[in-house]
Amino acid sequence: MARCFDWLPVRFLIENNQMRIGLASSIIMTVVLSSSLMLAVPSAEGQEPGYRAPRTTDGHPDLSGIWQAISSAHWDIEVHAAAPGLVRELGAAAAIPPGLGVVDGGEIPYRPEALEQKRHNFANRLALDPEIKCYLPGVPRSTYMPFPFQIIQSKEYVMLVHEYAGAVRTIYMNEHTEAPADSWMGWSNGHWEGETLVVDSTGFNDKTWFDRAGNFHSSALHVIERFTPRSADTLTYEVTIEDPDVFTRPWSMSMPLYRRVEPNAELLEFRCVEFVEDLIYGDLSKQPD
Amino acid sequence: MNHRFPNSLRPLVILMTCGWLMPLSVGAQAPNDTSADNVYTPPRTPFGQPDLQGFWTNATYTPLERPDDVTQAFYTPEELAERLARAAARESAQTVLGTTADVHYDFTQFGLDRSQSTFAEDLRTSLIVDPPNGRIPPMTAEGKRRNAEREAARGGRWDSAQDNQLDDRCIIMRGSGPPMMNTSYNSNYQIVQMPGYLMILVEMIHDVRIIPLDGRPQPHSRLRQWMGTSRGRWEGDTLVVETTNFNGKNPFWGSSENMRVIERFTRVAEDSIRYTFTVEDESTWVRPWTGELQMKATQGPLFEHACHEGNYGLYNTLVGARLEEQRAAEEAKRVEQD
Repeated sequence: MARCFDWLPVRFLIENNQMRIGLASSIIMTVVLSSSLMLAVPSAEGQEPGYRAPRTTDGHPDLSGIWQAISSAHWDIEVHAAAPGLVRELGAAAAIPPGLGVVDGGEIPYRPEALEQKRHNFANRLALDPEIKCYLPGVPRSTYMPFPFQIIQSKEYVMLVHEYAGAVRTIYMNEHTEAPADSWMGWSNGHWEGETLVVDSTGFNDKTWFDRAGNFHSSALHVIERFTPRSADTLTYEVTIEDPDVFTRPWSMSMPLYRRVEPNAELLEFRCVEFVEDLIYGDLSKQPD
Repeated sequence: MNHRFPNSLRPLVILMTCGWLMPLSVGAQAPNDTSADNVYTPPRTPFGQPDLQGFWTNATYTPLERPDDVTQAFYTPEELAERLARAAARESAQTVLGTTADVHYDFTQFGLDRSQSTFAEDLRTSLIVDPPNGRIPPMTAEGKRRNAEREAARGGRWDSAQDNQLDDRCIIMRGSGPPMMNTSYNSNYQIVQMPGYLMILVEMIHDVRIIPLDGRPQPHSRLRQWMGTSRGRWEGDTLVVETTNFNGKNPFWGSSENMRVIERFTRVAEDSIRYTFTVEDESTWVRPWTGELQMKATQGPLFEHACHEGNYGLYNTLVGARLEEQRAAEEAKRVEQD
């Protein structure tokens, strides 16, 4: 399968000293931050001590409801300061809000040539970010986009239904099979580990990103997600990313998800295709005589 | 003979046709026969609702309106078999190489034509069951005027992306509804239930309907959506779903944004849901009308239908249209010079 950065010259920063220093310091930071995180988090499961979620009729933790992340991870999953936006006319309204990052250890362990691709993506994000074209967001980006999603839970299936673009994931709880083909939202098998829903996903294409900052993956992506109830209205969401074609080692991110507690909360339509037709096809319209 | 089945396989085709008919006796489609419905009690979910869960298809060749040459409401099994065989032959006809038709899908490949998948046929001569003549009721003057204006406002079909049809634009398809009508292929649905909600995943464009069953009111009338907003309730073993708040941009046979759709899902057999829909829209038709489709159990899972993401068709259509215009302009110039 073709990797999306195959064409890049592989000479890149391997021998670049600055890069070495950057990598070394990021490794140190990873060690320091992850050990401090382990101290800060009440348990490895990320739940409040003693919290036990209500049960469904089949006895599993009930994760159903409408959830949403509150962070600037959809802008950039790595730590980042506020920055101007790309559309001059939108001024402060489309400027990038700051964020402490959701990546454990602070930085993503890119392979050197992949880091180059990430930088290229960032520099050209207005043209390349699949979200701008209303494409399916992929995983885990779908979870922390600034839109709610609903968990519909039965014994056999956990459905993750997203307001953004009507993206939907089926998590197969009983019949675990291999992905039949590559897709945008991947192929997900799930199981329960105590209070935690563990979702193992493969079968991704290489066309989705992790955020608006150009963080990306290849079709070798393997995502393991853990959804753990931490209180009645919050979940801890932990993700491990494996993609040896892009990263030097597996890495992880974590964040809380919040229940939309409005009594009338429901997913509405964000059917964005019509919003991007001028952008994608406008140049091909018939010109007035 | 452009039928896709070689002669040696024709007996098989006939057998398959008979296979489609067998569920009819179970699906209770014989005239005036509702006894089968009364006998069957649908299974219950662990939380006590009638269980509609599973994978279903409403693929059918039955037309919405009764054909002009048909007067009765039901075919005999023999008449239906003949109609189905003809429909299957028509749909699976091979395209002629080098023609426009050949450029699009070959429906006989990839199981895209209906006769190759699970089939939800019954003996009805039309999906419309009311009015009894099987036809859409007459349109009001207001409805006619609105549809004429809509037509006049539209540009040439290939002038821009927005002038193309909604399904070619990957915005919405007929299977999403409501009412959920059969599409030419992928007429597949998955239903998942939990306390308080019933979810229908529509294969086409991965549209999802999440229907609250908790008695909540419809949202404010200013909220308008392509698929409207749906509220459901159980009436005995029947799920009743009422949908309003349409945006009117996907008219159903000329409907306005004021359309109200009432759908009823009743599991009438292990492998069948009877689906009826009633559409009311005083500003469009002189009376409400009702249709009925069968949803037959089919094999899952549903795969991702990333329509917009892979929409080369729309792109190529527009490029082609502009090229043709350019050629025509060059040709006109050449003729002028001659």
